[in-house]
Amino acid sequence: MSSSAISQVFETTRSEGRMAFMPFVTAGDPDIQMTGELIQELSRQKVDLIEVGFPYSDPIADGPVIQASYTRALQKGIRVGDIFDMVSAQTKNGSAPLVAMVAYSLVFRVGVERFLADAKSAGFAGLIVPDLPGDEASEFAERTRQHGLDLVQLIAPTTPVHRAEKIIEAASGFLYCISIAGTTGARDQLPPELTEHLDRLREKTDLPLAVGFGVSGPEQVDILRGHADGVIVGSRIVRYLEKLSDKFTSRDDVIREVGEFAAGMVKAVRQVASQA
Amino acid sequence: MSTSSVPLSQVPDAAGRFGEFGRRFVPETLMHALEELTEAYASAKADPEFNRQLDDLLMNYVGRPNPLYHAERLSEQAGCNVYLKREDLNHTGAHKINNSLGQALLCLRMGKKRVIAETGAGQHGVATATACARFGLECCVFMGEEDIRRQRLNVFKMKTMGAEVRPVTSGSRTLRDATNEAMRDWMATVENTHYILGSVVGPHPFPLIVRDFQSVIGKEAKKQCEAAFGKLPDEIVACVGGGSNAAGMFYPFIDDDVKLTGIEPGGRGPNAGDHAASLSHGEKGVLHGSYSYVLQDDDGQTLDVHSVSAGLDYPGVGPEHSYWKDAGRVQYLSVSDDAALDAFRTMATLEGILPALESSHAIAHLLATKDQRSGSENVVICLSGRGDKDVQEVARVLGQEI
Repeated sequence: MSSSAISQVFETTRSEGRMAFMPFVTAGDPDIQMTGELIQELSRQKVDLIEVGFPYSDPIADGPVIQASYTRALQKGIRVGDIFDMVSAQTKNGSAPLVAMVAYSLVFRVGVERFLADAKSAGFAGLIVPDLPGDEASEFAERTRQHGLDLVQLIAPTTPVHRAEKIIEAASGFLYCISIAGTTGARDQLPPELTEHLDRLREKTDLPLAVGFGVSGPEQVDILRGHADGVIVGSRIVRYLEKLSDKFTSRDDVIREVGEFAAGMVKAVRQVASQA
Repeated sequence: MSTSSVPLSQVPDAAGRFGEFGRRFVPETLMHALEELTEAYASAKADPEFNRQLDDLLMNYVGRPNPLYHAERLSEQAGCNVYLKREDLNHTGAHKINNSLGQALLCLRMGKKRVIAETGAGQHGVATATACARFGLECCVFMGEEDIRRQRLNVFKMKTMGAEVRPVTSGSRTLRDATNEAMRDWMATVENTHYILGSVVGPHPFPLIVRDFQSVIGKEAKKQCEAAFGKLPDEIVACVGGGSNAAGMFYPFIDDDVKLTGIEPGGRGPNAGDHAASLSHGEKGVLHGSYSYVLQDDDGQTLDVHSVSAGLDYPGVGPEHSYWKDAGRVQYLSVSDDAALDAFRTMATLEGILPALESSHAIAHLLATKDQRSGSENVVICLSGRGDKDVQEVARVLGQEI
């Protein structure tokens, strides 16, 4: 049986007895070239998988940091086609596997078949469509798989057991476990009940569990170790890009800072393996 | 997607589908709350005590039934018999109170103590602040900064009734951005907060709940038409932004032989960004958790919109209106800012009524189609709200000082 690019990532991390680190970048903030350079830098730092956010005018799952980043990108005129072109160049260059984080509005408008075909040919490994909940996703999940892509599904702390079971059935790649009820955004602390929630999910599925929304740094990796298979960091990275609007930070500085942050996270997720 | 064998009133289905429209496109975090709300509403609807309590409030607190007024001087001008369904005479001055009270009762039933709402013109914010004050619920209303400027009177009213008005500074600083922020707040507070959505938009079950609570308008009008002229009206006209007054007015007539006309805000003209006529110029797409007609670009990004009326300034529309449009049941047209302003003044001088700028769009259509009407025709206009809130903005647009 052939294994998807995302499955291979987790086969590797599990065999190394560690978690995966999955950073998020907004495509087109401040411009598409910079996004390409960030993907290269993150890949150099050996992150396991990169989420590429498609800017959307009316995001409801995202907090103010990522929304502002989307607004900056849209004001520069970023188009869906530009993102596929950039991703195509990066994946041909041997980047880390990439997953598209995209609002259903964009997928629907471009056309489901065309979007999936373009995503596959650009080299994406899978999709996360945060506003397509389990109930609406079954047909789309099937079509996604037909294109050789994974459809990652989200599970929230507010998701009751019967919903979680249905979502798990339709999910592939990994389960995106939302750490808190709320939007994306770096938070100081993760809720204490999160690990119990993850342990309960673990009893129900072998799919890798990745935690996002509210994860901001290496200190939180320790809390999740043994409970999750991966961590996703978005707003904390996007914050570095905000600095480009002041004139004292250069693009090279931002790439270096994101690289240093990623290196710290990569080290944190590998700690168990290196100590073993 | 509709079939002629099924009555148009038999929607939505259990998944919230109005034909192909509606459904739920929201983050997983909200799904449980939507399921909980669906169950709470189904149980409330079947509970005689809930209905008795709501009916009592509508009669003794809101002032229902409000009149179906035969506007004689306007009739002369319009070349037909014009009847105004006087939602402007409701407590708080618009139809919005019907829905806010109904949802506030639902909120109490679910044991939630906090309410959030979004508002454009402020009428839904005022109605929700009113309902929350009436029941002692904490209330936070999201409102775009641009709308706060345009609707200072309503902002003052909301604050006076103890609500927090939270300014929204993202995007176009209007209703659409206020809706985004309200949905975000709801995601973070869903355990103890109910979101009183103000129109027939958003994910299932909101379009159903709001339509049902607003249907009191059409049900009353139906009885009043029988009493006034012994039959159903020939045509009903209502303005459509998100579409709640029109949905409440049209729904009880949807399976009847009555012409239904929805009037969208045509703004400054047909170019993108100059209007907010989602059904006339939009494409099928997803916005704020629902699949409907949306003003969007080729990538699916929502377009900026404009209307002289803050209450119609929204780039989407309720999914049931999209269903009615595609089924050919309701005709949707648009009128311009200028025509609406003219109709505002015509109503004031002919009838001594200052209509909301929203409703002025419906009246403008009536005046514009005068030549196509016969003297025996009976036309009902939903006068969705009063224009007190708009006088500052009308004066500003007309370059007059108050």
